[in-house]
Formats: sequence, structure tokens, C-alpha cells
Amino acid sequence: MAKRIDVSDLNVYYGTFLAVEGVNLVVEPRAVTAFIGPSGCGKSTVLRTLNRMHEVTPGARIEGKILLDHENIYGPDIDPVNVRSTIGMVFQKPNPFPTMSIYGNVVAGIKLKKRTKKSELDDVVESSLRGANLWEEVKDRLDRPGSVLSGGQQQRLCIARAIAIQPQVLLMDEPCSALDPISTLAIEELIHELKQQYTIVIVTHNMQQAARVSDTTAFFNIAGTGKPGKLIEMNTTANIFGSPSEKATEDYISGRFG
Amino acid sequence: MTQLLSPQVQPPLGRSSRPRDAAFAGISRGSGIIVLFTMGAIGAFLLWKALPALRANTVPFLTSTQWFPDDPQPKFGIAALAFGTLLSSVIAMVIAVPVGLGVALYTSHYAPRRFAPTLGYVVDLLAAVPSIIFGLWGLQILMPNSIGLWRWFDQHLGFIPLFNNSQNIYTRSIALAAVVLAIMILPTVSAISREVFNQVPPGHIEAALALGATRWETMRTAVFPFARPGMVSAAMLGLGRALGETIAVALILSATFSINWHVTEPGGNTFAANIALKWNEAGNIGLGALIASGLVLYIITFAVNMAARVVVERRRDFSGAN
Ligand SMILES: Nc1ncnc2c1ncn2[C@@H]1O[C@H](COP(=O)(O)OP(=O)(O)O)[C@@H](O)[C@H]1O
Ligand SMILES: [Mg+2]
Repeated sequence: MAKRIDVSDLNVYYGTFLAVEGVNLVVEPRAVTAFIGPSGCGKSTVLRTLNRMHEVTPGARIEGKILLDHENIYGPDIDPVNVRSTIGMVFQKPNPFPTMSIYGNVVAGIKLKKRTKKSELDDVVESSLRGANLWEEVKDRLDRPGSVLSGGQQQRLCIARAIAIQPQVLLMDEPCSALDPISTLAIEELIHELKQQYTIVIVTHNMQQAARVSDTTAFFNIAGTGKPGKLIEMNTTANIFGSPSEKATEDYISGRFG
Repeated sequence: MTQLLSPQVQPPLGRSSRPRDAAFAGISRGSGIIVLFTMGAIGAFLLWKALPALRANTVPFLTSTQWFPDDPQPKFGIAALAFGTLLSSVIAMVIAVPVGLGVALYTSHYAPRRFAPTLGYVVDLLAAVPSIIFGLWGLQILMPNSIGLWRWFDQHLGFIPLFNNSQNIYTRSIALAAVVLAIMILPTVSAISREVFNQVPPGHIEAALALGATRWETMRTAVFPFARPGMVSAAMLGLGRALGETIAVALILSATFSINWHVTEPGGNTFAANIALKWNEAGNIGLGALIASGLVLYIITFAVNMAARVVVERRRDFSGAN
């Protein structure tokens, strides 16, 4: 199920603005990779290039190559729609579809792809909600709108929705930044479990969180406003937080800026 | 003053009168009451003016198709008017709602960014054209140029009663009026639904895309469900305008008091057009009869709007309003 991502010489543009320059990195399967760095350094931008969500922004484009197990997802005959159903995404702000029930939210992705029998859908709903540690809390009110849930529950619903279509990779852009500490803890535990099956990339501005959940950490930085963000260094999380090799990384994790 | 500002003075914890809040609450409650009162008063006024005529009527008001209110034995009924009004409005909706939603969807989510605002602006301008202009256009341009189309419908789809034309005259028909109505309500439908399409939170659209939805699937998953109440309102406002449109319809139709399903044949009539055409020549009972028909139109419009509200409210929990 899990696949490896290999990014080489990635430049990312918004129109003519070069937002991120020269990124080379590898995301290992069945592990959690964290992107950290100060605001505006391009963490979200890079994350969104990994499932071709970036190009949804008008004028946005990239240069470089991104391989998903040896296949270039930006290849000429690749359909971005298929890339996005292979590489799922969870956003900063929980965004369940407000017009759908909890059940409807979980099956939204499956319903796009093929007609499925009710009994199969029921199974997917249960396993995805269990996978997102939400089943016990919502099993009696699957027909209620997703908006009745708390923020943390909504975010887990979004995770359930993303894993329901069995992606190879799960991208998360600051999934806890809108949540309280208890919900955050629940999501972090969930990430721990999910990495048995999925390749996970998580953007976080919270360094303790990166230290807690990730195996590998990539530190991005930006030289100044208007300058492109760059990947400064990437290493095992233990190394980044224990003995970073770049001065900028050390300054950042010790809280001297950013 | 200085005493008020000094920190030692604790603000009292009891209920204080907040004059601006109170004024605002008063104004909004007052406006609500005024609106309700006005609506009730209009209905009561119409009824009061219509009652003498309704009492004098010698045929059933709701089911008769005759219109001789100023006869010594007054005979008038609204069946033909209701038929013509509803049929022309429904046909207009069938044309205008899909096209209007399509235009709205195109301007909000498909058109190139530089081009979209201009297109939206042009559609909005169309809404400002006075209806007499649409009527004249329908009479002078559309009518002579659409004869071939109606004949084609007659020849190829004539087995459907709606398109059948046994008179071989294809002018001044309900169909023609309906097309003009459709063009008139198109900007209303599309301007309002464009606004609601634009209000769909980007987060929902991104959520759909990230699940692997195509552009059209994104519309179906995230945009239409969210915009549904607004789409219903847009359609209903359009319908309201079509039901009440007077001058354009009066110009185009050659008024008859009959129920004729052959919509491409001349004839037909509507409440509003009939009132406009008959008002000046009407006697005492005639005026009362016209007012009575106006009351029915008023009730129909009201019912349509209530029905729309019910549709919108029924799934309120799922509206995303919270
Ligand atoms: N939609 C956009 N259009 C133009 N510029 C953008 C857009 N989104 C982000 N940027 C710019 O790209 C840079 C990186 O932003 P982002 O990836 O959001 O940073 P981060 O997630 O690390 O805070 C910033 O300079 C930001 O202003
Ligand atoms: Mg970000």
C-alpha cells in the first residue's frame, strides 16, 4: 500500500514568483516525514506539489521531477485526478462536506470512482472510521451532518474520508493547528497507527509535534520576503533535533527565530 | 466623566439598558411587523375590492374559462388565466433555469479568470433591461424569425400535444411568450446562482479535488449541494418575475380565454396581461373581477415562495450554515 516519493530539483512557482527553489528529498514508505520551518518558507507549497494540488491555484506551476515509486507524477500521460486519489490529503482547517452526513463524507471519495453496494460501503465506513479512531464516537449518528462534530472529530472524519479510498500516501498540512491539545493528542496517536500502512508527510509549525510523531524531519527556510524558500537539511528526526548540521536548523529548533 | 473613567469604579454586573441594542432590536422587529402587515393589508384590500364582483358572478370563479364580467349576468373565471400563466412560466423556467445555472457555473468556475467578470457584468446588465424592450424584441424580431422553429417542432414532434399546431399559424403564442419570459428571467437566475457558486468555501472544493474528483465531480460533490438553497431561491425569484410579468406578455399574446395545450398556436392569456389589457374598458363588476384575478395571482406567488422556503428549510442541518 505505501509508496516512496522521490523529489528532484523541484522549483515551484506562483505565476512568475518563485516560491520554492531546488528541493531534493526522499519520503520513505511506512514512515512519517515532517516538514518544519518558519511561516512562508514553502512547506505547504511543497506538500501540495506532491499530489498535484498545487496546480489548482491559477498560474501555479513547477519544474523538476516527483517520482512515486519510479513513476513521474508530472509525466505527460499522467492524470492529476488519479494522482490525487492515490495520494490523499488532509487540510489545516477541518473541511468535511457540510451538506453530507458523517456516512456520506466517508464514502464521498468512493462514490466518485465506482458504484458500490451498500453493504460494501457500510464496511468501508466502519473500517475507515475505526482507522481514524472515530468509530466509537459516531457509530450511533452516522446520518447526522459532519458539522455537528467537534473540531477534532471533524479532522478525524477528514482523515477517515481520506483513507477510505485507500491511498498510497497521506499528506497532512498542519492538521492539528486548529485543534485543542486533547484532540491534537488523538490525531498524533492516530498518525502513529497510520504509519504502519501509509507513507505520511506532515507539515507542522510545532516542533514538539514533529519530534513526537515523525521519523524523518525536513527543515525549510527562507532568506527573506520575496526570496524563494529552500530545503536546508533533512535527516532522521533524532539527528535534526539532537545534532543538526546546519546553523540555521539549530537556531530554529532552539527557538532563536521563527 | 472622570469618575466614570477611573479604574476604581466597577461596572455594575446587573442588567443594564443598552439603548443602541434596544433601538436596533426595535427597528428590526418593527420592520418585520410592517412587512407582514403590508402583505396582509394588500391581501385584505384585494379581497374587499373583489367581493362584490365575486358575489355577482354567475359561474364558478376558479374553474370557468369565460370572461364576461360586465354582462347583465356576470360570468368570469380564472381557469384560462391560471392555465396560461402557469404554463408560460413553467416553460420559461424549463428553459431559463438550466441555461441560467450553466451560465452561472461557467462564469464562476470555468471561464478564464480575465474573462469571467466581464461575462458576469454583461449578464447583470441584461437584468436591468426594461421588460417593454424584451416585449418589443419578442414581437418584432423573435416572432418573425422563430416561425421556422415552431413549424419544425410541429412537423417532427407534433405527436406530442404540446408541440402540435393544427392552425398552421405560429405567431403570438404561449411558446413565444415563454421564450421571452425565459430570456427575461435568465439574468435573475444566473446572477443569483453565480453569487452562491462563488461563495462555496475553497476548502470544500479542495476537499473534493483532493479525493480525486474531476472538475465536474467537484461541482457535484462540493458546489451544488452547498449552493442548493441559493439555486432554489434564484429559480423562485425568476419564477416570481415570470408569473407577474405583464407588458411583454400582453404585447406578444393574442389574448383568448381558452385552455389550449398547443403552445405554438396563437392565443392564451395570463393574469397580469389580462389585467393590463382589460382594465381601461372594464365596468364596475369588470374591475372587481380583475382584482379578484389579481388576488389569485398574489396567492399563487405567495404559495410558490412558501414552497421554496420549505424546500430550503428541510435540509437546514446540512446547509453548512454553522
Ligand atoms: N496561492 C498563492 N499565490 C501566490 N503566492 C502564494 C500562494 N500560496 C502561497 N504563496 C507564497 O508562497 C510562499 C510559501 O507559502 P507557503 O507554502 O504557504 O508557506 P508555509 O506553508 O511554509 O507557511 C509564501 O511567500 C507565500 O506568500
Ligand atoms: Mg502552510
